[in-house]
Amino acid sequence: MNKIEIENLTLQYSDGNESLRNVSMGIRENAITVLFGPAGGGKSSLLRCLNRLNDMADVQTAVGRIMLDGENILDPKTDVIALRRKVGMVFARPVVLPLSIRGNLTYGLEVMGESRRSKLDDAVERSLKQAALWDEVKDRLDDQAIALSGGQQQRLCVARSLALEPEVILLDEPTSGLDPISTAKVEASLQELKKDYTIILVPHSVQQAARAADFAAFFLQGELVEYAEGKSIFTTPVNKRTEDYVTGRFG
Amino acid sequence: MESNLGWKEYLITRAIRVAGYSAIVFVTLIFYFLLREGLPTLAEVKLTELFALRWYPIEKYFGILPLISGSLIVTLGAALIAIPFGIGTAVFISEIAPRWAREILKPLVELLGGLPSVVLGFLGILVLAPKLRLLLNLPTGLTALTGSLLLGAIAVPTVVSVAEDALDSVPRSYREGAWALGATRWQTIWRVTLPAARSGVLTAVMLGVGRAIGETMTVMMVTGNAPVLVTSLGGLFSPVRTMTATIAAEMGEVANGSVHYHTLFFIGMVLFIISLIVNVTASAVVFRSQKRAERVLS
Ligand SMILES: Nc1ncnc2c1ncn2[C@@H]1O[C@H](COP(=O)(O)OP(=O)(O)OP(=O)(O)O)[C@@H](O)[C@H]1O
Ligand SMILES: [Mg+2]
Repeated sequence: MNKIEIENLTLQYSDGNESLRNVSMGIRENAITVLFGPAGGGKSSLLRCLNRLNDMADVQTAVGRIMLDGENILDPKTDVIALRRKVGMVFARPVVLPLSIRGNLTYGLEVMGESRRSKLDDAVERSLKQAALWDEVKDRLDDQAIALSGGQQQRLCVARSLALEPEVILLDEPTSGLDPISTAKVEASLQELKKDYTIILVPHSVQQAARAADFAAFFLQGELVEYAEGKSIFTTPVNKRTEDYVTGRFG
Repeated sequence: MESNLGWKEYLITRAIRVAGYSAIVFVTLIFYFLLREGLPTLAEVKLTELFALRWYPIEKYFGILPLISGSLIVTLGAALIAIPFGIGTAVFISEIAPRWAREILKPLVELLGGLPSVVLGFLGILVLAPKLRLLLNLPTGLTALTGSLLLGAIAVPTVVSVAEDALDSVPRSYREGAWALGATRWQTIWRVTLPAARSGVLTAVMLGVGRAIGETMTVMMVTGNAPVLVTSLGGLFSPVRTMTATIAAEMGEVANGSVHYHTLFFIGMVLFIISLIVNVTASAVVFRSQKRAERVLS
């Protein structure tokens, strides 16, 4: 089942360059879809369309449709706040808010108006377990989040978006600042999470793309060059440019 | 070559050091002068007379309480106007306004900050005071409130530009982190951006208030200059006289070395001490919250 259908999406920032050119792709539920390619390809731009974070940037035009569960989220009438709770996002550099570990996890729920202690505690425990962080922090939930290691902070950010019970999770190079062990932990928790969520990942290397992808899309300068199952795109790419990139001839 | 460089290095560090120390020397000298001219008051005027309610130097009444209260009420009023308005404008410019509005507003605020205070005082007398008199049905429009409004207007640009810089330096990723969690623009400002910028915002407030306390020209022109003790907020609607205005108005016509002359310097000392207290509290608070913020944010 496709959770998201992107139809003829073209995105232009105010400098006039087309950062995405007529992109169409379906994104499968309960799978990890990887968006990869060289810098400036439009991967982050696409992610930021999916939760309308681009509303805050100076986008000039965004034409086309993005259907999430059959509704066009680019429609001006879309409830953006509700959309962002349904589509969580994790950034390249972990952005922990200047709060305690618990405070980071409950922030999203609190701004939603949830104040029941039991609900909040449940969400904290559930999301930390899902992000494979519970055992490491369960005894110090009230410590400042900034005191965690980089890898723990990034998993905290994953947990923070999970606390809102989203349906889709966007991850933009979530392991770019992490050591190999933390990276492996994040990747492992993604494999667990895909059972319940739709995951879209911009990896920080082709290797990671190959490891994580159920499906993979190769972006080059705003263009979706090739989109296929992960197994095939990294072993037998169809397009010459994809082949050059995955075999390391450029990029 | 190398010794040449070492020699230059020596000269430059020396020059910088001299500049730094001379600043300290100058401040010390000013303070010494203030003390030398002001302290004799304590011998010439009894403390009970000094902290009395009547300022009428010609008849040898040297009670400075009305002047202190006048300064405080005008400053308080100015702060109550400048703080919410200044921070609000800063938030609007840095967080809400579209780009074209920001590009107009920022230089406009700077321009406002450069307006000579005499000009504002003029506007106060000619425009604001008559309007206030009619509006509030007062015997005169030259009141503490008039001064507060104008001082507020003088302090706002300072508050805005410093607070705006502080907000601007909050990393964009903080805001995006909050937005991505479904926080509204307003929730993000209130719970993430402003707290992250709090030490800078606090500095802005203190600089603004500092400007208001020390301002002379405008208040002298519009507050009516009646040395009456202010005991309640109702005093906002009657004429008052501030410490700065008193010094500025009377220093020119007083005999050098007289009791009156010494008392004016004594008022200067009091003013100095008040701004010192404001500044020290400000930097203590900023320093504390900075240390806390560094622990949390770095
Ligand atoms: N806020 C913005 N304003 C203007 N142009 C932007 C903005 N964000 C991105 N762009 C432009 O859009 C293009 C695509 O950028 P994007 O960040 O989506 O690429 P990316 O594939 O994520 O690259 P990277 O691998 O470096 O993260 C680039 O040319 C970039 O300059
Ligand atoms: Mg990117």
